[in-house]
Amino acid sequence: MSKQLKSPGLWLSLAIVVAFGLWPALAGNKAYARETTFTILKAVALASSLNILLGYTGYVSFGHIVFFGLGGYVGFYLMEVHGLHLAVAVLAGGLSAALLAFLLGKAILRLRGAYFALATIGVNEAVRAFIKNFDPFGGPIGMTLNFQVYKAYGGPDRALWIAYIATALLTLVIVLVSFLVKTSRFGLGLMAIRENEDAAEVMGVVAPNAKTWAYVLSALFPGMIGVLFFFKNGNIEPGDAFVLHQSIEAIVMVMLGGQGTVLGPILGAAAYQRLRGLLLVSPLFKNIQLAVAGVLLLIIVLFVPAGVIGWLRGRFPRLRRVLE
Amino acid sequence: MSAQPILQVRDVSKRFGGLQALSHVTFDLPPGQILGLIGPNGAGKTTLFNCINGIYTPEEGRIFFRDREITGWKPYHVARLGLARTHQIVQPLNELTVRENVMAGACFGHEQHSLSEAEKIADEVLEFVGLAERRDMLAHSLNVAQKKRLELARALAARPYLLLLDEVLAGLNPTEIAEMVEVVRGIRDQGVTILIIEHVMHALMNVSDRVIVLDYGQQIAEGTPDEVANDPKVIEAYLGDPELAERLMGE
Repeated sequence: MSKQLKSPGLWLSLAIVVAFGLWPALAGNKAYARETTFTILKAVALASSLNILLGYTGYVSFGHIVFFGLGGYVGFYLMEVHGLHLAVAVLAGGLSAALLAFLLGKAILRLRGAYFALATIGVNEAVRAFIKNFDPFGGPIGMTLNFQVYKAYGGPDRALWIAYIATALLTLVIVLVSFLVKTSRFGLGLMAIRENEDAAEVMGVVAPNAKTWAYVLSALFPGMIGVLFFFKNGNIEPGDAFVLHQSIEAIVMVMLGGQGTVLGPILGAAAYQRLRGLLLVSPLFKNIQLAVAGVLLLIIVLFVPAGVIGWLRGRFPRLRRVLE
Repeated sequence: MSAQPILQVRDVSKRFGGLQALSHVTFDLPPGQILGLIGPNGAGKTTLFNCINGIYTPEEGRIFFRDREITGWKPYHVARLGLARTHQIVQPLNELTVRENVMAGACFGHEQHSLSEAEKIADEVLEFVGLAERRDMLAHSLNVAQKKRLELARALAARPYLLLLDEVLAGLNPTEIAEMVEVVRGIRDQGVTILIIEHVMHALMNVSDRVIVLDYGQQIAEGTPDEVANDPKVIEAYLGDPELAERLMGE
């Protein structure tokens, strides 16, 4: 552990997240910078979580946003209906997403390759359909946070800052966990599964367990982030919580930066969000920004399958210590 | 002498659809020995390995390893008991370094080492098989002979009691074969019991204490290399031509 913590690669990754996190404090228009950065941090958190499954373990989840949505719903429900504190709601949201992943993992992680990916899409759609018809969660209309709830946090403005700071800290934790997983014995087992699952089992890697825990870990944090996002948002509905294309955007971010690296998903997420921001305000591209994501994914898969960081690591082996 | 066999295979049969891949294979392997397994292509040698290490479950028969029945166990459970194997077709973890490949063997094999211990073991084992200076290369950049050594190193890093070697000599040139044979002997001298499938006959006959011959899933002969080589059934089934057989054994 102490040896792991001396890695310059870890500190570079953490420093970048800290720099994003502090940006609103230094910017002129603080509220605007906070909203922009919140989107980036959320993307970094989702991409880094997905990377544990996609990058380290080699399993493509097309429906990862289901954990974000489900966690968000559970947390929101606890705050709105039962008046629980945000911190409790965040934990509960994360744990419920993790529990769903655990149960799903036992069932669908037997599937490999494309079959697993298809199953994950099915799960996202199934959960969305369920929530849409689940009255305690507001059915198709969803739920809106009573304004009184923000009062407990010192008013809406302070509540937004609290959500922001919590998101920034949580993102730091996620990046740290991502690094610790990658450089641990558990991570070596995951990467052995990614490279050759049969050979890994012959070596003694208990693949069903390792895959399930990787899935649980990669679902836990999106669930927590979901609670913070919808707390800040003030309302939640099925259409916003389970947006399938956001799952695909998360894959683009991971692939762009470099799957299986710690730094890759951070940079990939930031770059993709920046690009998306530019496209959304461009009159030419605003309606086809998702098409750009598709083209981008195609280009990455065809020409730089290892992503930017992966390519740099391969091209300049000396950088490997720094670009973890 | 501890006479208790490390591996007992009792009456094992395996069928794939209409094909009887193994029928009633039975043998004992005492600790510290090298047992050779030979037979023509398709005789069921690799299938037998797959039954022993849990990739397949045999329809009939039982398998005991170190006095525990392991019939139908998963490969990872068998591995954790101290059984390691190499594959006929090499299975490197391509995007990991040579050293990480071997560390994975040490981490998840029966001794369940931590990463830092696994690093030490990996370096020792890589030295032993002669891959030490390539330890930081990615596994896919090795050539075939080096990949075979990597397979072996990964299996050895688990510090197994029993090692199943599936054609570690295939595709190697004569110099490489001679080197590899020395490595295999070195492993036995460390006290590891070995079950080895090999097509390179003279090498196998040199290195094995005993040999079992399979043909169409049937166990047609068992004995010392000399006995087996002179068994008319073996000569007929496996080598076809007695003169060719004599020439092969003479080498």
